[in-house]
Amino acid sequence: MNQLIDILHSLHPDVDFVTETGLVENGILNSLDIVTIITEVSVCMDVQIPAEEILPENFDSAAALWALVERLDEA
Amino acid sequence: MSFAAIREAVTHFSSLTFLLFAAVVVLVCRLLPKRARWVWLLAASLAFYAAGDWWYLPFLAASVLSTWGLALLIGKQAARDEAALTAARSTLSKDERKALKASQKKKRARLLWVGLVFNFGLLCVLKYTDFVLEGVSGIASLWGAGPIRPLDLILPLGISYYTFRSTAYLIDVFRGKTEAQPNPARYALFISFFPAVVQGPICRYNETAAQLLEPRDADWTDFSAGLLRLLWGYFKKLVVADTAMTAVRAIVSDPERLNGAYAAVLIVVYSAVIYGDFTGGMDISLGLSRMMGITLTENFNRPFSSVSTEEYWNRWHITMGSYFTDYVFYPMSISKPMQRLTVWGRARLGNGIGMRLPVYLATIITWFLTGLWHGASWNFIVWGLLNGAVILISRECKPLYARFHKRFPGAKENRFYQAFCRVRTFLLMGAIRSLDCYRDVGVTFRAFGSIFTRPGTYAELFNGQALEALGLPVASWIMLLAAVVVLWLVGRAGDRKKPAGWQVAEPLSDKPLRWALVCGALLLVILLAGQYGIGFDASDFIYNRF
Repeated sequence: MNQLIDILHSLHPDVDFVTETGLVENGILNSLDIVTIITEVSVCMDVQIPAEEILPENFDSAAALWALVERLDEA
Repeated sequence: MSFAAIREAVTHFSSLTFLLFAAVVVLVCRLLPKRARWVWLLAASLAFYAAGDWWYLPFLAASVLSTWGLALLIGKQAARDEAALTAARSTLSKDERKALKASQKKKRARLLWVGLVFNFGLLCVLKYTDFVLEGVSGIASLWGAGPIRPLDLILPLGISYYTFRSTAYLIDVFRGKTEAQPNPARYALFISFFPAVVQGPICRYNETAAQLLEPRDADWTDFSAGLLRLLWGYFKKLVVADTAMTAVRAIVSDPERLNGAYAAVLIVVYSAVIYGDFTGGMDISLGLSRMMGITLTENFNRPFSSVSTEEYWNRWHITMGSYFTDYVFYPMSISKPMQRLTVWGRARLGNGIGMRLPVYLATIITWFLTGLWHGASWNFIVWGLLNGAVILISRECKPLYARFHKRFPGAKENRFYQAFCRVRTFLLMGAIRSLDCYRDVGVTFRAFGSIFTRPGTYAELFNGQALEALGLPVASWIMLLAAVVVLWLVGRAGDRKKPAGWQVAEPLSDKPLRWALVCGALLLVILLAGQYGIGFDASDFIYNRF
């Protein structure tokens, strides 16, 4: 989880990713951020996030994103 | 009127024949038992489609049967793969499981690619062959070769729309987001549903199919809201778009003389045309469907209230934008080659550029394809690329905006600043959109340049010369202005998160007297001020040609 928070912080240092639950809904993450996150997760954590998982609910909070990464890693 | 002319007129939303056809379909649909309605809707949709030209049907059938069959195969293969994975799960390590899943996915991907290549291949051959031949002919002429004659291949009605709908379905089945439909006739209704087949919306199967296959009993709210929305659509199309189109035609038919101020007028007036035409067409589609108890996906949400290009494209032609985002932009920008490009870019060009490189490349390719989808001409390709460029430039300017907003913290909420941003976005999109109108890119750019280089022409807007040149009498301009003010007021009213078309129809559906008054007023205005009737050939919907 810490690794993921670091990735998110590198994109938006001013956002509190522990408490923020509307990253997509509130327009904090745009498509550039989402693609960057997916690339970083792939490079740093060796987990491929496929296009069909790019849904607002999977990217709206760090917790939701972590749950996605864990689910894909376990699959 | 000959039978052939009546048959052909059915496919034009603004013809009386279409209205009669639609009335019969709505009435019979309501009278039939729920389970039989889809058969009636399919028969009506195929009759509507064949009315354009019998030869359109084999192409529609090819798209329906290929995507239906392949989706079924993919679905069955996915079920077998899942069973094999479950059986072997306990004996495999995590890495082995991942490898097995990847190889299974690869097999299903082959089927997907067959469907995509076939359907997009068909679209490309029919839509772009002459464009390619024209290019080849131009190059060959440099070596003295004679011109290559265009093939003038048949272009089935709505092929760009149904190709998108069918391929989106195929990809969704591949991705496991929707189940494959076992019945080809039921699937054919989803692809050919007549209110949406000609100009969208590009509905997704999992949002629409269930409603089409068993439409609910349309109640008074459905009927009243649907009818009002239908009339609202005709008001936009016949009163606003077709009236303003007269001025647009006048300007683009003589760009050598009508430039400067006229090119500036075109940017504003053509915005009214395209808004009235396309959103009006959507209101007709959605209103008609609603009268049958079917709620189609909204395609517009107050686009001219956007404060940025990015926001504009989240509000304009929403279903096309989401198609390109979900099925082109994201898969391309997170693909393995793009990820390798990121790694390469970061190592050689630095973190910032390396991170941007794949996204920006994917953005440009996506917008190139968006332009190409709109039409086989350089105008549309340049239109797409300019939209992509504006989005990328505004992204690069974000640090500047952030500094500006830090310096002026209240600006975002300031009404004047918001109005400035809206006008800026409107004019920018309008200027790019003028590529739709002129015969080629060079003429468009020259016309745009003349806005700044021919100040003398602005006097013509006020001395009566423009009125004559643009071909619309004063009364028509006043009526057009009044209609645009009505559109603007409706666009500002109510819940901003909901589309303006919804705003017109829904709140009045449970107020019978006000509903009847508004319907009557709209009908009267359409009859008195609409551009139709003897001697007038109502313009076809612009987005039909895509």
